[in-house]
Amino acid sequence: MSIHELLEGKRIVICAGAGGVGKTTTSAAIAMGMAARGLKVAVLTIDPAKRLANSLGLPELGNEERMVDPERFAEAGLEMRGELWAMMLDAKRTWDEVIERHASDDKTRDAVLNNRIYQELSNAVAGSTEYMAMEKLYELHHEGRYDLLVLDTPPTRNALDFLDAPERLSRFVDSKSLQFFLKPGRLGLKVFGRGSGIVFSVLKRVTGVDLLSDLSEFFQSFGDMASGIGERAERVGELLGARESTFLLVTSPQRDAIDESIFFRRRLRESRLPFGGAVVNRVNEGAAGDDVEDDLTALLGDKLGRKVARNFEDSRRLAEHDVAQIARLARELRGEPLITVPLLDDDVHDVDGLAAINEHLFAADAVAAG
Amino acid sequence: MPALLDKRLIVVTGKGGVGKTTVAVALGLAAARAGKRTMVAEVAQQERMSRAFRREGLGYSEAELADNLFGMSIDPERALKEYLGQQVGGALGSVLFNNRIFEYFAAAAPGVRELATVGKVWELAQPQRRDSRTRPYDLVIMDAPASGNGLALLRSPRTFGDIARVGPIRRRADMIHEFLTDARRTALVAVALPQEMPVNETLEFREKLRAEMGMKTQAVVVNSVLPERFSADEAERMEAVDGDEPALRAALSEYRRAKGQRTQLRRLKKEVPDAVTLPYLFEPELRLEDFEKLSAELERKLA
Repeated sequence: MSIHELLEGKRIVICAGAGGVGKTTTSAAIAMGMAARGLKVAVLTIDPAKRLANSLGLPELGNEERMVDPERFAEAGLEMRGELWAMMLDAKRTWDEVIERHASDDKTRDAVLNNRIYQELSNAVAGSTEYMAMEKLYELHHEGRYDLLVLDTPPTRNALDFLDAPERLSRFVDSKSLQFFLKPGRLGLKVFGRGSGIVFSVLKRVTGVDLLSDLSEFFQSFGDMASGIGERAERVGELLGARESTFLLVTSPQRDAIDESIFFRRRLRESRLPFGGAVVNRVNEGAAGDDVEDDLTALLGDKLGRKVARNFEDSRRLAEHDVAQIARLARELRGEPLITVPLLDDDVHDVDGLAAINEHLFAADAVAAG
Repeated sequence: MPALLDKRLIVVTGKGGVGKTTVAVALGLAAARAGKRTMVAEVAQQERMSRAFRREGLGYSEAELADNLFGMSIDPERALKEYLGQQVGGALGSVLFNNRIFEYFAAAAPGVRELATVGKVWELAQPQRRDSRTRPYDLVIMDAPASGNGLALLRSPRTFGDIARVGPIRRRADMIHEFLTDARRTALVAVALPQEMPVNETLEFREKLRAEMGMKTQAVVVNSVLPERFSADEAERMEAVDGDEPALRAALSEYRRAKGQRTQLRRLKKEVPDAVTLPYLFEPELRLEDFEKLSAELERKLA
């Protein structure tokens, strides 16, 4: 099976994984490969390596999707039957759009947009960037302009943060709890229980009065749109579990990355979220072989022959390690799809590089049972 | 290196997956060898350091890993509670933390978690610890999160200071900011890989750090540099061999990757002439002796 068949009928692919495992590249490669096969595909990325954006002919990836010039594919000798679009998510801009959409009037909108707390909020609410990525995904999905959306998830220190983002946001904007900041009097005490008055005064003492009054002001203007945002966050969360969505786990064969992948797979299972398979990047491929030093020295002379033999030993050892780590992941996958992409000679940062990866991802026998 | 190890704080940063922990631990070993009581603080809670020392996770406590070398994993939540607890005292603290308003405050006040984290690192690096019975460290090495988040972390005292205009937290934030941007006390080490994107990111990071924090990157360390095992001439001889011999394929593949790396290294060195390199060790997983080896190499090259 190829990855093309694996993604049959899916409208949303979420690529998740630890930092530094080639997630952005894999997302772009999958999007490009699916587009080449005739789909209209958009890839949403958070952490674009600039050169990748450039090579796609998109010097300034912005918060709007842009179509990649088909010429680029022709140059790389690729037949592009569909369309590839790309965008780089701007979390702050997406937040602003959310506020604009949910504010009941201009005055409220401006009050929130100009609030000092709000201006730092896109970085501040834990999981905010993650949530905004999903928010954008949801919006694009509903507009229905694409056959397939590929999301390159933000580089979180822990890929699991991503899954908690909608719930965290709903909790954050939970209007009942916001009441305290609206009316920090008797009602607040009732909602939050005993000690709230003390808590408020303690926080005031430590943080200075300004901060708390700014927070109060922020929540007051934010309060009337909170329930709208909260409801939407719930729907966004639901989209992750929809039948047309699937998660792809991207990893490298490094122990840390495999550990994290195993946790992530378990977590998806617990949350009953759809799982498409795992892609293991940069796998050292070493053919098993006997001691070849004699043959090599006969062929290349003593000095070079020995060096080649030594190099082969090293690469076999790395390959053995990778095989063992991938086997660990495979045990967790219990027969679910697993794709390995070998370590390539060049690092990937252009259409040619993506095409080289796709020879592996889209090979007819790419997908093995884990 | 002596100059570097004479700081009170070294912040090690870089893109995800470039080997920040490796460099942080290698620097830590070098400092410990030089007789400095050294703390390596992980802030991304990945517990990568503990594996090098064959230990269970470190957690939020200062543990001795080797002679003169200590480690700790800083959880922002714990750091925030610890700090506020010190401010308000025990009983009141527990009322505070068990209240949902606190949860809101921690979630909504911009940068407060980052500030608490970097504040803990700052506290560890003080010549006089808060608890006067605790022996101070000579050097603290912070294994920071990936570049973007790392920058946000370093910026957090300023961010927070701008928001809380008065009060004890503001005063503390100002002190931390001053400490971080004081080149006599704090040094920044950026870790890169000899590949296109990590090199780009390193160059951008240096620029941003200068523009946004007025900070200079003290050293750039390029990790995992392949040896030049084969010359162009030898590669040609190998290419001329007929047939598909796996050993030759592996050799040529390494030759090409090493060549690509050197191109990127040259590009980096054009901007950062004194960037230092660490060799790729053909070890699937680094053991303590590998860290020692890298540490000696760093010590030699940064001298």
